[in-house]
Amino acid sequence: MKDIVILGAGTAGTLMSNHLAKRLPEEWRIHIVDQRKIHHYQPGYLFIPFGVYKEDDIIKPIEKFIPERVEFHQQSILKVDQSLDRVYLEDGTALSYDVLVIATGTDIAPDEIDGMLGPHWHKSVFDFYTLEGAVKLHDKLDSWEGGHLVVHVAEMPIKCPVAPLEFAFLADAYFEQKGMRDKVEITFVTPMDGAFTKPVASAHLGHLLEEKGIKVVPNFNIMSLDGDKKLMMDYEGQEVTYDLLVTVPTNKGAEFVERSGFGDELNFIPTDKATLQSKVKENIFVIGDATNVPASKAGSVAHFEGEILLENVLRYIHGRELISEFDGHANCFVETGHGKALLIDFNYSHQPVSGTFPIPGVGPLNLLKESRMNHMGKMAFKWIYWNMLITGRHIPFITAKMNEAGKNFEEVEL
Amino acid sequence: METTIAGQNIALNAEGYLSDLNQWTREVAIHIANEEGITLNDEHWPVIEYLQEQVRNETPLTIRKVGKSGIVNIKEFYALFPGGPLKKASRIAGIPKPASCI
Repeated sequence: MKDIVILGAGTAGTLMSNHLAKRLPEEWRIHIVDQRKIHHYQPGYLFIPFGVYKEDDIIKPIEKFIPERVEFHQQSILKVDQSLDRVYLEDGTALSYDVLVIATGTDIAPDEIDGMLGPHWHKSVFDFYTLEGAVKLHDKLDSWEGGHLVVHVAEMPIKCPVAPLEFAFLADAYFEQKGMRDKVEITFVTPMDGAFTKPVASAHLGHLLEEKGIKVVPNFNIMSLDGDKKLMMDYEGQEVTYDLLVTVPTNKGAEFVERSGFGDELNFIPTDKATLQSKVKENIFVIGDATNVPASKAGSVAHFEGEILLENVLRYIHGRELISEFDGHANCFVETGHGKALLIDFNYSHQPVSGTFPIPGVGPLNLLKESRMNHMGKMAFKWIYWNMLITGRHIPFITAKMNEAGKNFEEVEL
Repeated sequence: METTIAGQNIALNAEGYLSDLNQWTREVAIHIANEEGITLNDEHWPVIEYLQEQVRNETPLTIRKVGKSGIVNIKEFYALFPGGPLKKASRIAGIPKPASCI
């Protein structure tokens, strides 16, 4: 018998366990390791602060989505010893592997910012990248009487780079519906040179911020936070004060990556961007947010990577050459508030442009344009996620490689 | 967009970043740095070379990474390239602008 071990049973790990269970020859045993019991529908975190979803709407047991053929080890990971091809778990188990798939994602690390944690954490400074943070922020928003709301990104890369912008848009609509928009000032603070950084998106969407009365503070690289004074400082002496701060702290990969000695300075794993083979050792592959590839950290990326990675694991075990086919494809709905959303589709070489999706020239979804249909797509996606995406079923019309037809690339000036 | 810098034809994108790192020369860097209001000195060059090396190795860049490079810390990086150091240093180094997905 041979063994393949998957580390992490989130979006990427669960979908790989399903892909591999269907396709690996019978002599392979499949293991999956995760310390948690519960699978979170992470795109749902965004909606919890605004009361659209409750906690119970976005969680299900992990085991429900792991195929029978796969053995689930509910354990935290101590370390990988790549020279011995072995993973050590917290209870002392050592799992030997022939092939390792790392899918341990990324998490927020508020302790990376001087002063961010403290008595003010989840009182006046919140995250919404954890279920706990999102639920506590809901309680706060429910009773908040207004003031200066600052939506903040600490540094790149972060999971779901559009989420903070969506949060700002949804907050604008939320306070308007509560009849208190005039009591709330909203500021978006970013380390990038604007809320939009790609020329085409900027041209199509720049007006949204102004229309919604959201101020932008660009080029702000946070150095420290003073929770008593409700103040953030950056490296050049710029200051931003807030009454309520919703921040996306530094994102880091899993801690065992550091203990195993193969991550970068943020614990992301050096990975070939086209084959998804790690640069650590040839029998280690990486998928989803855990990689250092220059694609967005998003569930859709993990989904598209899954098809390529399955092919490459099969090729690797048969001693065949890997395919260099992952193109960085991402496809994301972007909520803009008031029941509307945008859709963006892009990859390593193409920035998001306007056009139609998924059927070229037809749609029914429009790229880079606000519509109710896109919002309905985003809400319907929860069902697709649980029933098709993480169970490794094919989603009609959606391809791993980005389709270039039906998109207006001529608007990109290079 | 094509422009002539120090007698060479250089392809730039709409935001003034080099389209091809192979067209980069020290003269090009000095010219772009002047446009950014920066006079390059001996402390700038090792940082520029470090950034180019990361891009050639396809390693994504962050300010934190530069700060841990052993060449400059974050405060020194800001002092060398005031007002958006990664953005300005990238333009001078002839590498793509750090960007998010939209």
